[in-house]
Amino acid sequence: MADSFSINERMSGRRKFLVAATSVAGGVAGAAIATPFLLSMMPSERAKAAGAPVEVDISKLEPGMLLMVEWRGKVVWVLNRTPEMLESLVKVEGNLADPNSEKKQQPEYAKNRTRSIKPEILVTEGVCTHLGCSPVFRKDIAPADLGPDWQGGFFCPCHGSKFDLAGRVFKSVPAPTNMVVPPHTYLSDSRLLIGSESEGSV
Amino acid sequence: MKKTVNLVLIAIFSVVSLSAYGSESGIPLDKAPVNIDDNASLQRGAESFVNYCLTCHGASYMRYNRHRDIGFSNEDIMNKLVHTGQKSGDLMLSSMRKKEGEEWFGVVPPDLSVIARSRGADWLYTYLRTFYRDEGTATGWNNLTFDRAAMPHVLYQLQGEQKLVVKTGDKGEQKSLVLDKAGQLNSAEYDKFVGDLVNYLVYLGEPHANERKDLGIKVMLFLLGMFVLSYFLKKEYWKDIH
Amino acid sequence: MSNLFNSMLGWVDKRFPLSSNWKAHLSEYYAPKNFNFWYFFGSLALLVLVNQLITGIFLTMNYKPDASMAFASVEYIMRDVDYGWLIRYMHSTGASMFFVVVYLHMFRGMMYGSYRKPRELLWLVGMAIFFVLMSLAFTGYILPWGQMSYWGAQVIVSMFGAIPMVGETLQQWLLGDFTLSDAALNRFFAYHVVTLPLVLLVLVFVHILALHETGSNNPDGVEIKENKNAATGIPVDGIPFHPYYTVKDIVGVVVFLFVFCGIIFFAPEMGGYFLEYNNFIPANTLQTPDHIAPVWYFTPYYSMLRAVTVNFLGIDAKLWGVILMAGSVVIFCFLPWLDRSPVKSIRYKGPYFKIALGLFVISFFVLGWLGTKSPTPLYTLLAQIFTVIYFAFFILMPLYSKIDKTKPEPKRLKE
Repeated sequence: MADSFSINERMSGRRKFLVAATSVAGGVAGAAIATPFLLSMMPSERAKAAGAPVEVDISKLEPGMLLMVEWRGKVVWVLNRTPEMLESLVKVEGNLADPNSEKKQQPEYAKNRTRSIKPEILVTEGVCTHLGCSPVFRKDIAPADLGPDWQGGFFCPCHGSKFDLAGRVFKSVPAPTNMVVPPHTYLSDSRLLIGSESEGSV
Repeated sequence: MKKTVNLVLIAIFSVVSLSAYGSESGIPLDKAPVNIDDNASLQRGAESFVNYCLTCHGASYMRYNRHRDIGFSNEDIMNKLVHTGQKSGDLMLSSMRKKEGEEWFGVVPPDLSVIARSRGADWLYTYLRTFYRDEGTATGWNNLTFDRAAMPHVLYQLQGEQKLVVKTGDKGEQKSLVLDKAGQLNSAEYDKFVGDLVNYLVYLGEPHANERKDLGIKVMLFLLGMFVLSYFLKKEYWKDIH
Repeated sequence: MSNLFNSMLGWVDKRFPLSSNWKAHLSEYYAPKNFNFWYFFGSLALLVLVNQLITGIFLTMNYKPDASMAFASVEYIMRDVDYGWLIRYMHSTGASMFFVVVYLHMFRGMMYGSYRKPRELLWLVGMAIFFVLMSLAFTGYILPWGQMSYWGAQVIVSMFGAIPMVGETLQQWLLGDFTLSDAALNRFFAYHVVTLPLVLLVLVFVHILALHETGSNNPDGVEIKENKNAATGIPVDGIPFHPYYTVKDIVGVVVFLFVFCGIIFFAPEMGGYFLEYNNFIPANTLQTPDHIAPVWYFTPYYSMLRAVTVNFLGIDAKLWGVILMAGSVVIFCFLPWLDRSPVKSIRYKGPYFKIALGLFVISFFVLGWLGTKSPTPLYTLLAQIFTVIYFAFFILMPLYSKIDKTKPEPKRLKE
């Protein structure tokens, strides 16, 4: 069926060249036309504006309290950890899948035991790394349903994944990685900017 | 060079552009000095727009950060355009509520995002320069281009106050405007001010216009090459046909 | 490589008639070798159809068929969506170019008698495509919900109110409300993006099948199938559509794209003819614009709608206008039976037909021009005169085509 257009021996050199050149040009044109259509499906200026960094005032965030913030349509948790909570991070380390945050689920400045810039303030996306549910904050210690070893943390009701109070995932749960720490920075002691590492891009 | 090609192409493809914009009162319109390649003019226009128009009118399909197109930096945008605790990605909404507009002017001041595309630059340029004092209207102002316009003369401190002079000659009534009280700007300066503002409104109507024309030239050049190839391909095959 | 290809093709051919269809419709579809300029517009119409379908799908990704959001969503596409402006201009320019191409395609048929036996059904399917196309254009023009969208639709829908007895009920049924509103916008959107494109695709498919059954007409109006090579059974004056007409159509496509892209990139409003200035004002249900005119491709019919100003035969002027307007489009369907000339092509027809066709074209253009203007007594009179000429072309055709002095049609194509 492709006898009349496919390049074959019976064709003159000129015809071969013209068929090849036109096909290539046509292919380039096709790719060029497809580009704007594919790009039109990227986040629009409105989506980008809605996804702009969010400024949070944490001066009224008491120790032990969790604040929920919306950024890019996702929930971001800001948790002010008590000294006891920080101690629990050490206790559970033996049961964690990635205690040292080797997998890149956080910016460089949060690659530490508390996974944060300031030790007591945790900023993390409240999204389970298994299939995207939002885990529940369970600060009660050793409750009946979570067992005697529970030191407080986040429990995902969808499929039972468990995270500690730094968002680090426990071993033997469906979620593969620690929770994501979004880019963030402190504009002052009490003003937190989520979604950006510098003030200029507000 | 690129500009010349642009102009030629525009000329060719607007041959049928005969249909005129409507002008209610039928007075001849002055030609607006539109040049959307002139970033300095657009920037002046943008600042005037934010200072004088945005109080009552919105440009609610336009985002502040789009003004990168006309050479503003992020800092410029934040400092010169964004006034009231808004973010640079926000839409240019009017600070006046619709209800208030209706109470104050009888109509909601229209959104100006695409006003240059419906009214035309020349109409806007003429309109903004033909306000005159008229005690018979609610606002105390009237307009030669748009009789009984609901909008008062927002720019009177700049232009000064004009009054209407009607002469009855052999051609019937001849209406003209004379400057009654001088403003902060002289006539040439005011024309330039309005020119920049209207130029900006044209840009505002279609912020992508320059990008459109630039891409257009590339596409046309490609098609030219494609034409040569396909023409010779056709000739080559049609040698078979007797 | 070619062995692999052949064995794969063999596998498919045992399960699906791929090669045989390729042959029947392309590589062994024999078309007359004397196609001229006028024969580009069929394939160009197909190209524009594809353009409309693809750009249309991408527009629906961001458009909102809601009276309070539609206008803003179009500006959102124009500004906030990456390359949204390009996709929108491709669609709006494509709509107008569809009519340019289809009008030229129809005119070709009228010149060369392509509607004549045995192609009556082909012509009728083509007319059905034209009706669907008009409906698509109408429903599509409503979607931006600007002043012209609103008031244009208002005028068209009010025409249904002119129908005696059922008019008012029918109008409410069409609108789903007592006035043109969100309900109508929503359902016109459904017609525009689902119902009508589906019907259009089926009709285009049938149109091409019907064409390939009878074979293509040509500028000489000669049936090439009547003169076949005895040994091969191939028409002597025919050449395979592929590759000869594919390579020729590629040239046509490139030239067409030059015009098409020129408009998209350098004059997308086309001086207010493709995108009307007043449609950049959001729909205002309380205020009609000073001057309303449909988009250029509807203006000839619009002129005829306005041309009737007197009641006669017990029917009022409004209904007459609607009847004339509908009639002016439907009457094309009768062409195959109105033309009594012994020859098909204008090349062999006599002076009467040539003059009649010339007058028809002039009246079409004049009516089209008048439709863009506000009516004045002079313009209304002109519209009346040219409406009569327009209809006379069809109604008097059985007469003048019969008594016309024709030249004998040749047996073979002329070189």
